[in-house]
Amino acid sequence: MTTTLLYDGSLNGLLTAIFTIYDQKINLPIISKASLTQKNLFDGTEIITTDIDKAQRVWKRFKSLCNHRDSHQVYCAFLSEITGMENTIYEYIKMTFRAQKAPSGDFTDPVVLKIAQAAKMVGREKHRMEAFVRFHLIDNKTYYANIEPDFNVLPLITKHFKNRYADQNWIIYDLSRNYGISYDQKTIHEVHIEFKAPKGQRGILNTISSSLQNNLAMKTDYKELENNYQDLWNMYFKSTNIESRKNLKLHLQHVPRRYWKYLSEKM
Amino acid sequence: MNYERIKEKLEILADAAKYDVSCSSSGSKRQNKNKGLGDSSGMGICHTYTEDGRCVSLLKILLTNVCIFDCAYCVTRKSNDIKRAAFTVQEVVDLTINFYRRNYIEGLFLSSGIFKSPDATMERLIRVAKKLRKEENFNGYIHLKSIPGASDELMQEAGLYADRLSVNIEIPTKAGLKLLAPDKDHKDFIKPMKAVQNSIQIYKSEKKLIKKTPIYAPAGQSTQMIVGATGESDRDIMYSANFFYNKFQMKRVYYSGYIPVANDSRLPAIGTEVPMMRENRLYQTDWLLRFYGFNVQEILNDKHQNLDMDIDPKLSWALRNLDQFPVDINKADKRMIARVPGIGMRSVSKIISARRYRKLNWEHLKAIGISMNRSKYFMVCDSREFESRDLTGSKIKNLIMLNSKSKYHKNFNHQLNLFA
Repeated sequence: MTTTLLYDGSLNGLLTAIFTIYDQKINLPIISKASLTQKNLFDGTEIITTDIDKAQRVWKRFKSLCNHRDSHQVYCAFLSEITGMENTIYEYIKMTFRAQKAPSGDFTDPVVLKIAQAAKMVGREKHRMEAFVRFHLIDNKTYYANIEPDFNVLPLITKHFKNRYADQNWIIYDLSRNYGISYDQKTIHEVHIEFKAPKGQRGILNTISSSLQNNLAMKTDYKELENNYQDLWNMYFKSTNIESRKNLKLHLQHVPRRYWKYLSEKM
Repeated sequence: MNYERIKEKLEILADAAKYDVSCSSSGSKRQNKNKGLGDSSGMGICHTYTEDGRCVSLLKILLTNVCIFDCAYCVTRKSNDIKRAAFTVQEVVDLTINFYRRNYIEGLFLSSGIFKSPDATMERLIRVAKKLRKEENFNGYIHLKSIPGASDELMQEAGLYADRLSVNIEIPTKAGLKLLAPDKDHKDFIKPMKAVQNSIQIYKSEKKLIKKTPIYAPAGQSTQMIVGATGESDRDIMYSANFFYNKFQMKRVYYSGYIPVANDSRLPAIGTEVPMMRENRLYQTDWLLRFYGFNVQEILNDKHQNLDMDIDPKLSWALRNLDQFPVDINKADKRMIARVPGIGMRSVSKIISARRYRKLNWEHLKAIGISMNRSKYFMVCDSREFESRDLTGSKIKNLIMLNSKSKYHKNFNHQLNLFA
């Protein structure tokens, strides 16, 4: 009989679930996000309460059995939020514990291949966000950007932006997951913004009239300066294109339509 | 800032700079220091792509499009009747910083028409870079053009602020250069390359002894050649590229399909199609030389002066060397696996690492993601079934092309009919 373990969606929650599987010797476990699963009345459902100590024990043991690249791939695969990935991660950790060594590079194994492929997708999205974040100066010192990445990549891009924009205050907000990171030239904080607008119209959108207005109060002079730079950028984008080499297929391959919403040059 | 005026200049000077194809922003080791602005120690980033599918990574502009030279292939040539403009040093600095802070760009690519003299032009380019580094504490990427004919001292200074320096050779053959750019001398292109290469070596060896030695052009040098302007063969182009890679340790050679910008009897007429497919094949060859361990003579030689347009250069080489195949995926060394058509370098390392665990069969190889259509004729693995017919090169080519759909299909459709 299978047992379904419901966790809170956090990495520590998942690791606690894995701890529980070993602790209670659960056969045929299925790990699933509590928010995605309707509570059913069938037996064999266990609700996991995240326990950082237990989670850390699993993670530490796992890390001691693999190299940094392997554990990072597993972390990236977790951030993919792909349905069922929890169970692939559990399989991977189980294989590692059993063999006392991570199966790194065994691409003939479907579990290893699946983790590697998910990690690659997440890595690609991370890189895209490092490229597609567009900051807007919203007051005399804060640069703000909103994104809607396919995967939960904010934890992965923090370091990049912290190193790069060490001398400015900035906020990058993930509208689809409703949290952001903010930097005050010293430390990184997680932030939540209460938007008044309904979903889909929040933040700074890339439309001609509404650029820089939606529910982010801005002083008029900043708004004008911002629009000027955005204009210059759009102008640059247009002038640097070579008409006789037009290749829209290639263009779309690199900048898929779903990202256009926040790219001012694609207005 | 006079916004309208800047906008007009930007339009002219970005438009004039766009024929320079170099776009890379990688390979530098410049880290953020003293909590300044920017960091270019990581991967290169393409911040957006224009509708021609090329990436936008740097703010690529000319300082001015005023030029004393009259090179036939160039849009800013003296005799061309176009609007001229020039940025001030401060304007370029402001644009770069403000674009960078908004995460539009990785840095600046600054080139220029040659106004007054090569030294005066080079000196002005250096002033922009110096200001960005010294006054703005800017650690983003800076690519400066080495102006042909500039003095060695200026080149030596340029590398202290720039991450990359480049001189575009433009015309791959000396004869072609004489025809299209009579006032330019081949030696003028080589001289700044040499100066920069020397300095890179000196700073590198000094850095080994004294840790405080500043970094000098950490992303090295690159150059560019125009393809299809003077009737040169692919062999001419790749042999000169090879020369620059070996002789000057170039990080990159770029190939730019000629875009007709003048009505000149020496050049293809305006409206002639840009040779994009040829350009693509040249880049593939370039990759084979730099990453796959091929020798240029293996791909292009007296017998094969031009690349095949309908198939990629690796497949073309394999078909000419069928005696070296099939390769046993479970035993062959890395070098030979990399030579199998349809297997890229990423798959090569996946294969090498996976076969330590068990012998690979077709299913494994498919899952890893190699192109079976092209590769299956050239390898054997741990499966009973494999291509056992004794096929000739042209037969294999035909089979592969029947089962593939190339983005360039329309260009060689008629050729396929000849073989069928």
